Amino acid sequence: MSAIPVPMPSAAALKVPGFWRRAVHHRSFVIGGVLAALLLLAALVSFIWTPWSPYAMDMANKMQGPSATHWLGTDAFGRDVASLLLVGARASILVGVIAVGIGLVVGTALGLLAAARRGWVEEAVMRLSDFTLAFPAILSAIMMTAVFGAGIVNAIVAIGIYNIPTFARITRASANAIWSREYVAAARACGKGSFAITMQHVLPNISAVLIVQITIRFAIAILAEAALSYLGLGTQPPQPSWGRMLSEAQTLMFQQPLLAVFPGMAIAFAVLGLNLLGDGLRDLLDPRLARAR
Amino acid sequence: MPLLEVNDLHIGLQTQRGPAEAVRGISFSLERGETLGIVGESGCGKSITVMSLMGLLPSTAKVTGSIKLDGQELVGLPEKQMCQIRGNRIGMIFQEPMTALNPVHTIARQVGEPLMLHRGLTKAQARKEALDLLDRVGIPDAASRLDAYPHQFSGGQRQRIGIAMALACGPDLLIADEPTTALDVTIQKQVLDLIQSLVKEMGMALILISHDLGVISQTVSKMLVMYGGSVVESGPTEDVFARRAHPYTQGLFAARPAIGAPRGLRLATIRGSVPELVDLPPGCPFAGRCAYTVDACHATRPSATVLPPDHAVRCMRLEEIAAIAGKEAVAP
Amino acid sequence: MNSSPPLLQVSDLVRHYALPREKLFGPPPTVKALNGVSFAVQAGKSVGIVGESGSGKSTIARLVMALDTPTSGSVALEGRNLHTLSKADLRTARRDFQMVFQDPYGSLDPRQTVARIVAEPLEALAETRRAEQRERAAEALAAVGLRTTDLDKYPHEFSGGQRQRIAIARALITRPKLIVADEPVSALDVSVQAQVLNLMQDLQQQFGISYLLISHDLAVVNHLCDDVCVVFKGQIVERGEPAELFANAQHPYTRTLLSAVLHTPSR
Repeated sequence: MSAIPVPMPSAAALKVPGFWRRAVHHRSFVIGGVLAALLLLAALVSFIWTPWSPYAMDMANKMQGPSATHWLGTDAFGRDVASLLLVGARASILVGVIAVGIGLVVGTALGLLAAARRGWVEEAVMRLSDFTLAFPAILSAIMMTAVFGAGIVNAIVAIGIYNIPTFARITRASANAIWSREYVAAARACGKGSFAITMQHVLPNISAVLIVQITIRFAIAILAEAALSYLGLGTQPPQPSWGRMLSEAQTLMFQQPLLAVFPGMAIAFAVLGLNLLGDGLRDLLDPRLARAR
Repeated sequence: MPLLEVNDLHIGLQTQRGPAEAVRGISFSLERGETLGIVGESGCGKSITVMSLMGLLPSTAKVTGSIKLDGQELVGLPEKQMCQIRGNRIGMIFQEPMTALNPVHTIARQVGEPLMLHRGLTKAQARKEALDLLDRVGIPDAASRLDAYPHQFSGGQRQRIGIAMALACGPDLLIADEPTTALDVTIQKQVLDLIQSLVKEMGMALILISHDLGVISQTVSKMLVMYGGSVVESGPTEDVFARRAHPYTQGLFAARPAIGAPRGLRLATIRGSVPELVDLPPGCPFAGRCAYTVDACHATRPSATVLPPDHAVRCMRLEEIAAIAGKEAVAP
Repeated sequence: MNSSPPLLQVSDLVRHYALPREKLFGPPPTVKALNGVSFAVQAGKSVGIVGESGSGKSTIARLVMALDTPTSGSVALEGRNLHTLSKADLRTARRDFQMVFQDPYGSLDPRQTVARIVAEPLEALAETRRAEQRERAAEALAAVGLRTTDLDKYPHEFSGGQRQRIAIARALITRPKLIVADEPVSALDVSVQAQVLNLMQDLQQQFGISYLLISHDLAVVNHLCDDVCVVFKGQIVERGEPAELFANAQHPYTRTLLSAVLHTPSR
């Protein structure tokens, strides 16, 4: 009998009717989806409107709690916390999108190449990935930003570099499983070349795995950006950043604890939402659901 | 009292398109030492039936009816008690020897596991018993291979190890679900012979599931033919093979290619394909595909007609069909 | 006796695989999958390859389909050695030989529509435009008993037997002379097997296709083939016409194979 199929998320499940019907009943997917949507909404809204300008300082009203004028209070410089959070969402999303984007494009390409070519190409790609992953991520990011200068661009590059080997490995493993499927053998028997098979058969069938991985890495990117900003190596002032808000709130913990609570909650909910979304997607794309019979 | 008594068993499953009845009121009984074969194609409910005997259905399944093992009701039995029966009083052999064994445990551990679990043997005692069992099932040089892993054995040998596991605690009932389908033809016969001899030797009852009529004819004394969750024909193997009263049974026999048949012969096929569980008609499950369908067939489920001594057939038009077949046999 | 070259000529085909090294020094162990197999398929006739797992029959299928290269020996289609052709020539040559695989659930890409799946061999040849590809796909589906409305459906909407028909339609679309069928009905239920076997027989008569049928099931081979080769441990141990072979098997392995088939008592 044929090989036992690998139980990885199956893109075929997307073609089964009722995917969205099942999706809206899946708790993790819905909660995660809502939180992720809120994150996106916050960033988008911040482009057209914020309650106050995030850069406007008002020393007379500094470190106040939530009120009718300042919905979430003000920070040590009198800036409106709610506005800071909204604009800070931009930084988080920007980092997430670009850093994951780098990893996705470069890493997936390398992984697909490794699976298609096998042999020494595969070895080279995998050893390079191992090498990169051998360095502790945050330390390397710190090192890079310390050498090349702090700032959001360098933070994105530093985090992005780590996504490349992760995506390369995941892609290679899933792609290998697809290469051993009979429909790929059938495509080869038709005379299709490796590139055509990779684009037409392999990539669509590993898309589910990649989608799940994207949500996970997005969450990690947000955390990483917060960590770097907290250390002063990421987004630079006056650009708002949730991580830096946490850092600034540290010394003021006993005077105004809410200054740490709000950005902390923002980070927590964003990461939680993306993780739940990823979990939900992984369940919904379960290959067992792809079989109608 | 019969060893196993199944009465009006109904099993409902949750499918993608909603709830469906996978098994629709089947009944049969089995005495100690008797062998029963269940024949049917994919989706007929044969595997689900034996899974319900073992209590291994998904949690969303609804079971009504009665399954009595030596008088003890198994339907609705709490899991803890069911665990004491599985492996101990009912043993099961699965279809795929490659996946039925855990690849990271040695065979000594796997064969000894039911013994340690149900008989309370120590590891050393279980190991000794396992060696005996492996010898019994014909694993060559078993003593030196006790600590080998499943991947170091061939398919046929792995199935033998699976048999040893199923028999470890000397169960009263052995269930074999397509035990030889994944094996080569030459090995199939050996494994079936082994099962048969062990069953006779240990006085167990056997339920053998197969889609292969040849396997059924050589191995079991009673048989059930299942289609669409119902038993359409049942009785002693010889009688069913000789009479083939139900149209579905006739279709199954006629559809097989045979060695020695002339070239160019078209195989007789059953029109259409097996409907999905949710689409099964309320009446006879075979209505529509059956060449002798009439309106009544769609509406009511046929009750069992008994051809003596105990050959039961669920078909409303038995006499007419026999007449038509008789006429056809006479005509050139 | 046919004077023109056979449609397919396999000569002294050998395939050895090197296994991962067990010792640091010294040669790695090899699996001798095929040890010199030769046979021919005449145009319009069909040959069956019968054997059990490990006999090398699937290796024969892969080598004939040029999905793998032999260690030595040749596979010639209408006189041309497939393994010495240039990549481009091989691609165009594939029009004349196609394959049907065993697993109806694994041999169709779940993310593609039936139209794309069936038209894939045409697309690989890059000679026909989209519209014509779709027309030819509809033709092929009709030939296997499916409908034009099935073109836009996905594999999971079909049963095992129907999927195998789709696979056969895919193999038919380039109007090949030879179809290599690797256990085409083993994964199907008995009644569905019969439907697919009848279909294959009809196509044989209708289009004059030759089959190279690989199977472990003697009855299936008996049904479709003019010649049978029995393979054991990488070699052909006996060959002949099915009726003759199954009635008077000479080689002990063939006899074992025949005696192992469990017969049902006839009426």
